[in-house]
Amino acid sequence: MTAKPGIPSILKTAVVNALVALVLFSLMVGIRTEAGASGQLTYWTRFGDLAWLVAAVFGGSIVIELLRQWIGPTGAENLVPPAVKSGVSFIGRYLAPALLIFTLLVPVIFYNQRYILDLAILVLTYVMLGWGLNVVVGLAGLLDLGYVAFYAVGAYSYGLLATNFGWSFWVCLPLAGILAAFWGVLLGFPVLRLRGDYLAIVTLAFGEIIRLVIINWQDLTGGPNGVSGIPRPSFFGIPLDNSDDGLAAKLGIEFSPTHRIVFLFYLILALALLTNWATIRLRRLPIGRAWEALREDEVACRALGINTTTTKLTAFATGAMFGGFAGAFFATRQGFISPESFTFQESALVLAIVVLGGMGSQLGVALAALAMIGGFELFRSLETYRMLVFGMAMVLIMIWRPRGLIGHRAPTVYLTKAQTISSDLVKEGHG
Amino acid sequence: MDYFAQQLINGLVLGSIYGLIAIGYTMVYGIVGMINFAHGDVFMIGGFIALITFLLLISTGLTAIPVILLVVLLVSMAITALYGWTIERIAYRPLRHSFRLAPMLSAIGMSFVLTNYSQVAQGARVKPIPPVITGGYTLHESPDGFVIQLSNIQIMVVITTIVLLALFTWLVSRTRLGRDMRACEQDQTMAALLGVDVDRTISMTFVIGAALAAVAGLMYLLYYGLVDFFMGFVAGIKAFTAAVLGGIGSLPGAMLGGLAIGLIETFWSAYFSVEYKDVAAFSILIVVLIFMPTGLLGRPEVEKV
Repeated sequence: MTAKPGIPSILKTAVVNALVALVLFSLMVGIRTEAGASGQLTYWTRFGDLAWLVAAVFGGSIVIELLRQWIGPTGAENLVPPAVKSGVSFIGRYLAPALLIFTLLVPVIFYNQRYILDLAILVLTYVMLGWGLNVVVGLAGLLDLGYVAFYAVGAYSYGLLATNFGWSFWVCLPLAGILAAFWGVLLGFPVLRLRGDYLAIVTLAFGEIIRLVIINWQDLTGGPNGVSGIPRPSFFGIPLDNSDDGLAAKLGIEFSPTHRIVFLFYLILALALLTNWATIRLRRLPIGRAWEALREDEVACRALGINTTTTKLTAFATGAMFGGFAGAFFATRQGFISPESFTFQESALVLAIVVLGGMGSQLGVALAALAMIGGFELFRSLETYRMLVFGMAMVLIMIWRPRGLIGHRAPTVYLTKAQTISSDLVKEGHG
Repeated sequence: MDYFAQQLINGLVLGSIYGLIAIGYTMVYGIVGMINFAHGDVFMIGGFIALITFLLLISTGLTAIPVILLVVLLVSMAITALYGWTIERIAYRPLRHSFRLAPMLSAIGMSFVLTNYSQVAQGARVKPIPPVITGGYTLHESPDGFVIQLSNIQIMVVITTIVLLALFTWLVSRTRLGRDMRACEQDQTMAALLGVDVDRTISMTFVIGAALAAVAGLMYLLYYGLVDFFMGFVAGIKAFTAAVLGGIGSLPGAMLGGLAIGLIETFWSAYFSVEYKDVAAFSILIVVLIFMPTGLLGRPEVEKV
């Protein structure tokens, strides 16, 4: 970078970008094809849209170039004054407890707003999935693109056990977790030798295999039609319905369908908090420390005598187990499951939540889930553009903050005092 | 036996298409060391551009099929190559020295962008075209009436693949650009010190990969007679499987792996079940990575601390 580029150079960049955009969009946007009634393809032109897009790229590049000049090459880090930074860290300390209290009160505040309660349950489901995946990706540093497979295993475990054998939710919940963990080990065992990108692709393939098997094994899973009529959860054996045995009748209060929603809300909240608690506790144990060490440097881990195989396996199994719990909850909440709920997009969404939350930060994941699912709800009317924006956001966040919004990789163990070592101690042969 | 021979032909044709896509994966992995997750979608974009160009040319009243195909080939290669260049510029270049998961995640995001961009721009419905290249040869007719067919389009796919592969091999082994690419693959810093423009070389790698994917897209369009916005995902994973099977980073390996995957998929559909053909392909990916992580022709990866 030499001197700041002047107006001509900015204009030149913008013109080049606009020309590139013109070529890129010329056929894909300028011409719209569609199969007619007789199967014959027809097309019509949309040069107006094309012109708008190219103009947007032209204007956008001018704005970006100007911003770049204004901010300078130092980047956005120094833009935030220290006072604001300390304020943010002050808020950060009290944000988690405040959020927790608010979450506990959500069913009280929004008791009559079914929509908000449903949305809150959805957000909490993703918070739980995010926290579960965080064990694998954030702590152990294993990129898992097939996390939805364990979610599916959990959902189908409960769905099939409940509809075929009439087992209750509370019996199936641990079973779903165990089965998912079992699948996690099953997948984890052979792929442990792989690292980084390879592991990502294998887990992706595994997720697709599970989905394809669910679609095609129609005798067991009902294929694309899914499993329906999955029983609703009971309050530890007491059904939440309008009958004489129902919880409302036993407590002597008037029955309302909202009771079940509130119950589901606290159920998923409890499950999510269980995930969070287990993760925080595990991080303090040798196994959690080993996970984090593994994330930082696998070779060093092996040199220090950590068994990388069991370490990876436990990470996989733990993450998968929480995914299985979330899946069982999903099945009981929906009452219906089909393979469509377990596509790769779902895996990518959960992964995006973890990455956006700044891999490893529990609070960050929760906030990211809130932002992501809330954002999806806001754009619900723009169904087709939703995933487009989602993809763009993923790219931009990676460029802007590759470590996530709350980049948090503080080691759990560190030296409190800086130690200096005399140079004559580290000479070759004496170290 | 006849049935087997027919499946062999079909498998080789499918494998050629996978091989062309796989080259893009293997080249990028060799030089930048990342899985270009969006490459399958670049293939899909190539198919769409070929379709639209084809439609436009037909509507001008042009009837000479060879001329049309040549123009379609060149236009789709050129525009798709520009897509490849832009993707690298926007999504990968800023992340080149970032932590190792960042480019992968950016690529996944890019893949979503491309898939949904073409869904928004061209609609979600499958786009069919009438058969362009018809006719073929009957190689053998058995007494029970089973006929081994070799259609002209199959011949064209295989010949195009062979020609492109020859061209490409020449490019990598004989030209300045190919030498730069091989240099960057070995050591980017050293290559830069010796006057190789690393940024440009990496850009060109993406451009060439995208152009080959566009050819694959055109072949797919002509062979199957349709394109849709979601075809890049599965084709991409299978082509990646092919690249891994052949040994990632190795160009002949990518082609070999593509043929192997095409054959396995075709035979699996023919003799076992069509429903599980993708499961078979994905299982092979897992099995290969477990037992043969370097693939058929790959070099073992030596890890240095």
